Amino acid sequence: MSLLVETTAAAGRPTWETVPGRIAAVSKETHDTFTLQVEPPPGDPVARFRPGQFSMLYVPGVGELPISISGDPGHRELLTYTIRSVGQVTYQIVTRKPGDFIGLRGPFGTPWPVEEARGKNVLIVAGGIGLAPLRPAIYHVLRHRGEYGRLVILYGGRSPRDLLYRKEFAAWGMLPDIQAMATVDYGGVSWRGHVGVVTTLFRHVRLQPAETVAMLCGPEIMMRYATRELESRGFAQGQIHLSMERNMKCATGHCGHCQMGQFFVCKDGPVFPYSQMKPYMDLYEL
Amino acid sequence: MATSQVTAALAAHPFLEGLQPKHYETLAGLACEVSFEPGQIIFREGDPSSFFYLILSGTVALEIAAPGRFIAIHTVGEGEELGWSSLLDQVNKQFRARSVDAVRALAFDGARIVAACESDHEFGYIVLRKVLEVVAERLRATRLQVLDVYSKKGAPGK
Amino acid sequence: MRKKQYRLHQSDLSSLLENLRRRGYQPYGPQRRDHAIEWLPLDGIHQLPAGWTTTTAPATYRMQERSDQALFGYWTGPDSLKKLLHPPEACLLKAEYNGGVRFVRQAPAEVKRAFIGVRACDLAAVAALDRVLLSDRWVDDIYQANRNGALLIAVNCTSSAPTCFCASMGSGPRARSGYDIALTERVGDGSSEFLAEPGSEAGASILEELTALAAPAGWEKEAEESCQSAAAAQTRAVDASSAPAVIDRTFDHPRWDQTARRCLACGNCTSVCPTCFCVNIEERNALDLRSAERLRVWDSCFTQAFTYIHGGSIRTTPKSRYRQWLSHKLARWQEQFGMPGCTGCGRCIAWCPAGIDITEEMAALEASSGSTYPTGVSTHGN
Ligand code: SF4
Ligand code: SF4
Ligand code: FES
Repeated sequence: MSLLVETTAAAGRPTWETVPGRIAAVSKETHDTFTLQVEPPPGDPVARFRPGQFSMLYVPGVGELPISISGDPGHRELLTYTIRSVGQVTYQIVTRKPGDFIGLRGPFGTPWPVEEARGKNVLIVAGGIGLAPLRPAIYHVLRHRGEYGRLVILYGGRSPRDLLYRKEFAAWGMLPDIQAMATVDYGGVSWRGHVGVVTTLFRHVRLQPAETVAMLCGPEIMMRYATRELESRGFAQGQIHLSMERNMKCATGHCGHCQMGQFFVCKDGPVFPYSQMKPYMDLYEL
Repeated sequence: MATSQVTAALAAHPFLEGLQPKHYETLAGLACEVSFEPGQIIFREGDPSSFFYLILSGTVALEIAAPGRFIAIHTVGEGEELGWSSLLDQVNKQFRARSVDAVRALAFDGARIVAACESDHEFGYIVLRKVLEVVAERLRATRLQVLDVYSKKGAPGK
Repeated sequence: MRKKQYRLHQSDLSSLLENLRRRGYQPYGPQRRDHAIEWLPLDGIHQLPAGWTTTTAPATYRMQERSDQALFGYWTGPDSLKKLLHPPEACLLKAEYNGGVRFVRQAPAEVKRAFIGVRACDLAAVAALDRVLLSDRWVDDIYQANRNGALLIAVNCTSSAPTCFCASMGSGPRARSGYDIALTERVGDGSSEFLAEPGSEAGASILEELTALAAPAGWEKEAEESCQSAAAAQTRAVDASSAPAVIDRTFDHPRWDQTARRCLACGNCTSVCPTCFCVNIEERNALDLRSAERLRVWDSCFTQAFTYIHGGSIRTTPKSRYRQWLSHKLARWQEQFGMPGCTGCGRCIAWCPAGIDITEEMAALEASSGSTYPTGVSTHGN
């Protein structure tokens, strides 16, 4: 029996349609991490993203990877990606030169609950490269400052030289009603900030669990500890949101790679309320 | 600081939350207020453990010497304690403690706290529980650090 | 209202092929090739495997001669409509370098094919693929083009293979929906007749055009009875409704370790499964390095690389991959798509080189999952 369905996806284009993005700038964030500004075709829906969403970046002949958008959702002429060079595809992306082209698909995935958080305090807990997917949420809150309560940004990294956006981070900390604290696992003598894992920062901030929405992104182990810590401090599971990472080939729920129990991380996530992830996070090799 | 001020500072310090008034008084009798300039060495690795500190303000880095440099492995700040090993016998300091900025603290002679614990076991029990909490938290944090979760390969062992 | 039912003679099937061709369909049918039944373009009725059957058991699939000349007297082979609707390899995109880069993608064109001899379980599998690939936020346009052009002519099962458990999965042995025409074969002396019923407007108009006679009274009842007895004869079963809860309770069950010792992680089960949809993407560079193609290829959750993220794979052991596969088929799919991911076709049982049997695994988990079991005890079954 034949079955007729609309010919294009809800986003208005077929799943695999890839558009060219021109690299406008590449800047070095740390010894292994780079920020790329990519110019999408003018007016293309690939740039219409919400904080927390990701794109599929394609280097022809090499491969495609999901990369979170780390720029300001208010600026859509340029798409910003912060990428750590850890494998073949990421290496190929970060070594592109301005003027080169890469392929873009997306945006995909669920956003940070910035709407839900309206009128509340926002707690951002980032680990390592995990600050990149959270940055658009920070920009969003800053842009709509009056609609949110206090903004607390806690950021953990390996060592001072691994921390992203250091100048910007310091500037955030200067703004009224914002607390931005960074900590590293290993400090040097010139590092004047905290040393210790990111959960040790919780004791330094005033949290009002009932009035706060927490957004977490970082290595899974770090998020697991941070969620436990937040729960013990009175956060309900539904107030904590996590961004998960899994292998992704399609980003549209069709390749099966990103499955985590009943969820497809690409379309049901990457941002999940902790209440959905909790049953899965302690299951080894799920 | 007058003794009454010290007692008040002790009662307000998170580390001592929940002690009885008489215990604050016991401790106040043992405390002396100290302050450090930024960058001062509070104790060195290998020093005999003598003092135990409750930080009132400022940040102290615990550092370990590596060839050619020091690596900070933990910082403690306002409301935290420093030097719990002084409550154990025969243990030398494992790290160097350096003030990151101006630090104010209450210092206690570890041996005298231990003596007070010995003579009043109820007091001793409470102090040891407090110390155990700190040690457990440090251990948890240390385990996470050892995992090196931010490294390129993710946590080691894979 | 009862559907109009027809009586077709074996020779009418040739007119049916004619009719389908006139309508622009390329007929496909099951044929005997390399000692197995395979879906191939069908030029004439003579290519159907008349007089052949298949015997199946765990790790066993054999073709054998029947004592009669039944055209559809065999059961499902290793391939399924998945091979034709969701092809094992498809080009997604071409990148051409010419100073810059240009991405070329042709919208897939509808392919008109009529499949004759689709079993009820495989209709259910097509419904499952429809759900996954067409009925979500994103649509797979390659599948869609193939699917829109597909005409499905079902053949009801009047007997079951030993590996079948469609009755317990609610998908067979009789086709209840999702077909354009359903046939029930009545094997006679030397040739067969068919009870034919339409399931769609297209099917109805084709049957109309064949100018066939109405089916004799009693044929419908006999068809229903023989399908019922095929169902009753099935010895394997899965309790589809309790499976998700059982699977939830048994994540650390020692049975997974035992089965993993037999499992070769070869992925045969996922290739033969008519609903397993997982794919991987490969890059193919032209030798002159002036273009590259992105190819979509079937993948399997049994491979190590399937879950790779930087730092390593999530599922490093065959145990965890077998658990993922079974859990997906019988539990998670239900939550994801509101329908079971397994149709009970039994292919994975027959084509597993180690003879691992999904029904037996499920029964073993179920039998011992009532109370808590000691984790860490891994040598005593169940
Ligand atoms: S899991 Fe096995 S029995 Fe179920 S549909 Fe797939 S191949 Fe058939
Ligand atoms: S069982 Fe495995 S291969 Fe099949 S659909 Fe599920 S994840 Fe994909
Ligand atoms: S990335 Fe393909 S299903 Fe999620």
